[in-house]
Amino acid sequence: MFTQTYALPRPRIPGRLLALLAGPHGVDRYTELVDPMWTTENRATVVRVQRSTPRSVTLWLRPNHPARFRAGQYLNVTVEIDGRRHTRCYSPANAEGVPMIELTIARHDGRTVSEYLFRSARPGITLGLSAPAGDFVLPAKPPPRLLLIAGGSGITPVMSMARTLADDDRYDGDVAVVHYVRTLDDACYRRQLRMLPGIRALHACTRDTRGDLPGHLDERHLARAMPDPDAVYVCGPTALVDAVRRHHPTAVAESFAPAPLVIPDTPGGGRITFSDSGVEAENDGRTLLDQAESAGLRPASGCRMGICHTCTRRKVHGAVRNVTTGALSTEYDEAVQICVSAPVGDVEIAL
Amino acid sequence: MTHTPALTPAQLEEFGRELDAIREKVVADLGRADVDYIRTVVKAQRGMEVAGRALLMFPLTWLPGTALLSVSKILDNMEIGHNVMHGQYEWTGDPALSGQTFEWDTACPANQWRHSHNFTHHTYTNIVGMDRDIGYGILRMSDDQSWRPYYLGNPVYALLLMVLFQYGVALHELETERIASGEITLGDKREVLQEIWRKTRRQVLKDYVAFPLLAGPFAPFVFTGNMTANLVRNIWAFSIIFCGHFPEGTQEFSIEQSRNETRGQWYYRQILGSANLTGGKLFHILSGNLSHQIEHHLFPDIPARRYAEIAPQVREICQRYGLPYNAGPLPKQFATVVRKIVRLGLPTRRSPLPAVAARVAA
Repeated sequence: MFTQTYALPRPRIPGRLLALLAGPHGVDRYTELVDPMWTTENRATVVRVQRSTPRSVTLWLRPNHPARFRAGQYLNVTVEIDGRRHTRCYSPANAEGVPMIELTIARHDGRTVSEYLFRSARPGITLGLSAPAGDFVLPAKPPPRLLLIAGGSGITPVMSMARTLADDDRYDGDVAVVHYVRTLDDACYRRQLRMLPGIRALHACTRDTRGDLPGHLDERHLARAMPDPDAVYVCGPTALVDAVRRHHPTAVAESFAPAPLVIPDTPGGGRITFSDSGVEAENDGRTLLDQAESAGLRPASGCRMGICHTCTRRKVHGAVRNVTTGALSTEYDEAVQICVSAPVGDVEIAL
Repeated sequence: MTHTPALTPAQLEEFGRELDAIREKVVADLGRADVDYIRTVVKAQRGMEVAGRALLMFPLTWLPGTALLSVSKILDNMEIGHNVMHGQYEWTGDPALSGQTFEWDTACPANQWRHSHNFTHHTYTNIVGMDRDIGYGILRMSDDQSWRPYYLGNPVYALLLMVLFQYGVALHELETERIASGEITLGDKREVLQEIWRKTRRQVLKDYVAFPLLAGPFAPFVFTGNMTANLVRNIWAFSIIFCGHFPEGTQEFSIEQSRNETRGQWYYRQILGSANLTGGKLFHILSGNLSHQIEHHLFPDIPARRYAEIAPQVREICQRYGLPYNAGPLPKQFATVVRKIVRLGLPTRRSPLPAVAARVAA
């Protein structure tokens, strides 16, 4: 959804009178028809697009309200593809305080949003934004010896941290960035990293001999990059995070790669998480409504045949099969009618 | 006496499957064109609303101002509100088009509408004793409602309902007929009443206090303009809605008949209980596509603009299975509704409901 959270300071609509006159829809629903950016909801316009590597696209966004993120945090970005909105998390790569948001999205085969943005992103399209979130942030006073490790698209929050530190006149510590990529051509921000004053950048290529470090992470990489760091930050696939933590157990980590959705053949199996109620249950293959009621919950319901939409809830993640049509839906944050949706494998539903 | 065609259980199942297939095909095709369409309608509606209210600030432009505001309210309530609240655009993920949160420009609280219309009316369509849209608690619209001397006023109540339709709809969940009969008390409905009062108060303040006051000395013009726009919407909506299930040829069902319905039987009841209105593209949009009442009752949650394209397929299926497909122009259909209102105001011999056997051949 475009509006995930309301932590950002929002301009207050002047006067209850205006709310009454513009009721019941609200002022936003009129102003956004004139310009999609004229709204209290957080949105951004794409102003520039660059495909700097064969497998990534960089977007520069102008938000309608300042994004005010801390380096390393992420935003939920909503994009509309063929009438449907999809939301994904991306970390801005620009430094803190820079008004233009810079996102670099890695293109993953078969993944709706990254494919769409890689192929079709162009200046002028409007995206939805959320408030910034995430704990992958530097401390208020960054330590003098800092090691930042990134794997693949994990370079984006690391880039934000590196740029913020490079811009900060009060910081005079030592920062090393190690970027793990497959080949050197896949390394986005290679040039920009080398140009940052006070930042030492090393590239490790797993399938290329042109990098500074060969192959996958080991002690020699860490020794060459920074032998005794005060703090280690790592962002990338789980395997990289695990490898770093073997040597630096207190490393601050964020794992980026979307977990592959395993869809079993039979309806039952796995667990259902009723996230709003804090209840969990074994999935026995019946509809979400039936299983919720068996678990002692009382969600609103009506016709119990998929007609009236009284029981519609947000499926946070997982796969459900429509018991009337047989259709399988696997999208994140999708509105489903729980009376005709049977969970397949693990499912989290907001109820 | 209307003929109720008999279908075997196997036929009903195949019938249900054929209709399911129509729905699935549309659902698989939903995309940008559908969302662009509704956004165009929304933009037009909001533009007309702002323009209408602005023009009403000046006496000279009272007529175009009122006309624009009338059309804006009609579009907001019917093509946009009713359809969005049905969940027709839930698949977009756009919160502005979410059926569960949409609130419309009329006195009826959307939450109550969602319950009484989306759930009660659409699930129990035309079942006497369960579908309260049969008469709205104040009219006799079916032979199967026992006659009382009160119903001699049927045409008067219908006229009042038409003129005050906004408030009639707003009071629907109050179940005033059950309060009047003593079955429940007003106290039982306290929360419902509070919700109705909150919404109605805001609408009244908006249309009859705030906007008129903004016009200063021209307040009376704004007041009458807003009142006229509400009246036009009331009359139009009443006419379209009453032609949905009451024209000559539509049928009601008993609770016994509709127990344990299969999907095919549910579709069957929806078709026999509904009637269409013929007309051009603009007419369909202004009626909120309720002119395609049959298609809407078969598939309430697919975008209403799709009803026109599937109507020929639905009609063909009805023909093949020998089911009536009740359709006619607005004046003709409405005339039969008026006749029914007058006729049922008088004591009529109770005509038996179509027997169970007639609906499902042994």
